[in-house]
Amino acid sequence: MSLSSATSDLPARRKLRLDPRSAALIEASVIPLAALLASALIFSLFLTLLGKDPIRFFALVWTGGVASSFSFQNTLQRAAPLILTGLAFAVPARIGMTLLGAEGALVLGGLASALVAIPMVLAGWPVWLGLPIMALAAMAVGGVWMGIAGWLRHYRGVNETISSLLLTYIAVAIMNFLVEGVFRDPGSTNKASTMPLGPDWRIGDMPGTSVHWGLAAGVIIAVLLWVLMERTTFGFAARIAGGNLRAAQAQGLAVGKLAVASCAIAGACAGLAGFFEVTAVHGQANASLAAQYGFTGILVAFLARQNPLAVVPVALLFGALGASGGLIQRRMDMPDATMLVLQGIIFVTLLVSETLYGRLPFLSTEQAGDRT
Amino acid sequence: MTMTSLSRRSLLKSGAAALAASALPLGAARAQDGITIGAIYVGPRDDFGWNQSHAAAMDILREVPGVSVVEEENVPETDAVAKSMESMINLDGANLILATSFGYYNPFVLDVAAKYPEVQLRHCAPLWNPDTDPKNAGSYFSYLNQAHYVNGVAAGLSSASGKLGFIAAKPVQTVLSNCNSFLLGARSVNPNATVQVIFTGSWSMPVREAEATNALIDADCDVISCHVDSPKVVIETAEARGVKSCGHNADQRALAPNGFITGAESKWSTTYKIYAEALMSGETVPNLIAGGYHNDMVMNTPFGAGATPEAITAAGAAIEALKGGKPIYVGPLKDNTGKLVIEGEMDNYAPELEKMNYLLDGVIGSTT
Amino acid sequence: MSDAIFMVLMAMLGGAIRVSTPFLLVALGETLTEKSGRINLGLEGNLVLGAMIAYATSYSTGSPWLGVLAAGLAGMVLSAGHGWICKLPKVNDIAVGIAFMNLGTGLAFFFGKPFIQPTAPRLDAIALGAWSSNPQVQQALKVNPLFFVGLGLAVLLWWMLKNTRWGLIIRMTGDSAASARAMGVSVDRVRLLATSAGGFFAGIGGAFLSLYYPGSWSESLSSGQGLMAVALVIFARWNPIRCVWAALLFGASGALGPALQSIGFSKGYYFFNAAPYILTLVIMVLSARSQKAAHEAPGELSIVK
Repeated sequence: MSLSSATSDLPARRKLRLDPRSAALIEASVIPLAALLASALIFSLFLTLLGKDPIRFFALVWTGGVASSFSFQNTLQRAAPLILTGLAFAVPARIGMTLLGAEGALVLGGLASALVAIPMVLAGWPVWLGLPIMALAAMAVGGVWMGIAGWLRHYRGVNETISSLLLTYIAVAIMNFLVEGVFRDPGSTNKASTMPLGPDWRIGDMPGTSVHWGLAAGVIIAVLLWVLMERTTFGFAARIAGGNLRAAQAQGLAVGKLAVASCAIAGACAGLAGFFEVTAVHGQANASLAAQYGFTGILVAFLARQNPLAVVPVALLFGALGASGGLIQRRMDMPDATMLVLQGIIFVTLLVSETLYGRLPFLSTEQAGDRT
Repeated sequence: MTMTSLSRRSLLKSGAAALAASALPLGAARAQDGITIGAIYVGPRDDFGWNQSHAAAMDILREVPGVSVVEEENVPETDAVAKSMESMINLDGANLILATSFGYYNPFVLDVAAKYPEVQLRHCAPLWNPDTDPKNAGSYFSYLNQAHYVNGVAAGLSSASGKLGFIAAKPVQTVLSNCNSFLLGARSVNPNATVQVIFTGSWSMPVREAEATNALIDADCDVISCHVDSPKVVIETAEARGVKSCGHNADQRALAPNGFITGAESKWSTTYKIYAEALMSGETVPNLIAGGYHNDMVMNTPFGAGATPEAITAAGAAIEALKGGKPIYVGPLKDNTGKLVIEGEMDNYAPELEKMNYLLDGVIGSTT
Repeated sequence: MSDAIFMVLMAMLGGAIRVSTPFLLVALGETLTEKSGRINLGLEGNLVLGAMIAYATSYSTGSPWLGVLAAGLAGMVLSAGHGWICKLPKVNDIAVGIAFMNLGTGLAFFFGKPFIQPTAPRLDAIALGAWSSNPQVQQALKVNPLFFVGLGLAVLLWWMLKNTRWGLIIRMTGDSAASARAMGVSVDRVRLLATSAGGFFAGIGGAFLSLYYPGSWSESLSSGQGLMAVALVIFARWNPIRCVWAALLFGASGALGPALQSIGFSKGYYFFNAAPYILTLVIMVLSARSQKAAHEAPGELSIVK
């Protein structure tokens, strides 16, 4: 940009001249951290105006989200579904699609895994065989559900933002209909649920922790999707299509297939989150599957700037806010919505900070003028 | 899901405990170093309904010297509730945790109870199984359908058309039992009374609850009652349309100055005082407390302007009869598909009633 | 049977009028915003914040119409924030919208706690069905003035966008920022104003929820209506008059579930309750392919590129 190219000629800056890659890396860490600091300051002002002590507030966030082994594991556990739903938004976003449907794919994926498990549990199949089948079913159903939005977009011209949102409401209706109808366990008198899978079929926590395996799965898939988007032809093609659809079509890229595939990958991620909700958390499928993880994932993905690797730390940040929210209610006599306000402020501040990318004067590089 | 079968004896025992405890002034008990009770709500604590009924009882405990109360609201029925309970234990040193929403129990209360055997956990629904579940867990609940039966008696004598409306969140046992008892109450005073039910499919969805209220009134119902988390919209919409209403879970009299008849409320303070008492005197916290009118665990909201004098008299008599153990479900009763569901007389605490999955003949509506 | 059908139809008519107003106001606000070339996904935040502010103002001052005004202003301030941030380079308007949805909802819940309990003065309806002796017709035709505000606004917007200099400037800004700039139009200012005005309408939509129907403030009041209304704009293809039809259709189909249950038809009520979503999707699938749809979208809109 003009500012940095103007200053890059000054001799005093020469020491700081960096190759573009490390400049980008520094930028990507300095800017969000500065934005987080700024949002903390804004929120402190908010608290001070309300007569609350900001230092106490942040000390409690630290206590509740990070300080002890219990608190940190609380954060990790809450982050687990958000990594997967964050990825579910981030992947199609790279191809320029705004998909609001992860919630629906999670719900139906979870339901599918609980349903395929029932005959296996009854037939006494080994768990090591059953769990992967459940996971595959969840990913397949979630993938197809979101794939519909991609297919409708490309082949019928239906806007994917609205169709995925509609599909989410429809998915919740389907889940409720089936869970309260044909697949209702007769024992679930006061909260309609599918048949409980029993303790053997609960996947349990990672060894030495009280955090379920969904976290590990989320991190592994984040890495895999990063490789897919950054290091493969598929990812390259998706990014071209996301940058300029017409140019991509002109180059003969199968844009339709890319769109459907991205949506299906997204749906599979959300479906997998549903699988973990069933096998690690609830032990059955019921209305609690619709716990807004799909919608929170949208925030996570935006703050991670659609980068699959960055989704992980951002999900941890949200996990920490969730983990300490209860403590704030209990100790400071503030409503649960306090954390929503803080989230909103963080989100807005981080988005404002996007404008700083490529404009930090001290990060000028030889090529600074070329970057846009 | 585990089901508890309750014997009448265990109920009566807990009833006796309740009476004994309420006779003791709480402050007089020898306070230990101080106990911490944590309560977790699924919605906002001032929702004019379920959560408020618990929060109001906690406010009573808050006044007791030696007791500190910690609360969290809007905690969903996911692993979030397990973590909230653990956080109360680890960071606040809670001695007793009250998990007030149905879906908190399995697996969350069970897991946390197994992990922290020194902490007492009590869950508000009839789910604790003495044979399989941790000894430091337990259940408490009220048979609110008894108060809905009284609602029905008062509504049946306050209605001109005999057509009553009921807005229900989901077709689950407690909701069905409340709706059926409402019908039987009304039929005890008006054999031609009917109850028309609309399921909204969600515990809290104000626009659809208002739509359902309007639809019922358009179908000529002139008394509206409900079982949703937060009945404010239902009661206010009925009042605005000029029809009468019966409340649920909290005192909604002020919302309908012209048409309010009475309402069904649980008295959680009875249970919570027993718990606080036991903790402070170092005794065992009872695992199971359940009951209705006979042990002061439910009540009806004081009558509003919509109740006719006959309704007030008959409802008062119905309350006395319930205290004396008069059964609500007296067979033969058919469901509204014509199937015989209750043959003889059912004790008000009969375990069979916990399996209710039907709407009785006289209720217009379907559970699926 | 014909009685029953009449009842359902009446309920759907009544439902269309009662339930559609917030959808209509939000959709019109979004239409104006999107016509200027920006998308504000955050009007759900305006709706919820507007609902809370309207209720609180009506409760504190005793005047529901002052509540309506306050709700509009709150919505405007929120959207002005959106408009201002989006003019910064490299900022994604969809993301900012979601951020403001979060912030607006959070502020509403945070400051709304003391107003869940009290009963505030509400808006009155106009009884247009007084000519009929049928109570259902009378009930269905009890219409809140804000519904007419919405209808009038739709016609006004349609006319303004089509025939006035302002309308031309907004459409030009939305179709091609470069040509607008070439004409000496300040693209950022036009978008800021269009977004703020749109936010005002959405705030009023919230006031309708808390002050008329269902007429109470609670945290579950909206259940995503603002988000859905934003989606309806794409469905209505950026035409204010079609927004009216979309909102009415959505309201009417929303009344279908309870109405069918009230005549004793309740099997599968989850699907009747989901009727608005299913119907919208089906219509979109059937109609979206037309070449017209692509032609009508504002060219600058990130969501349709």
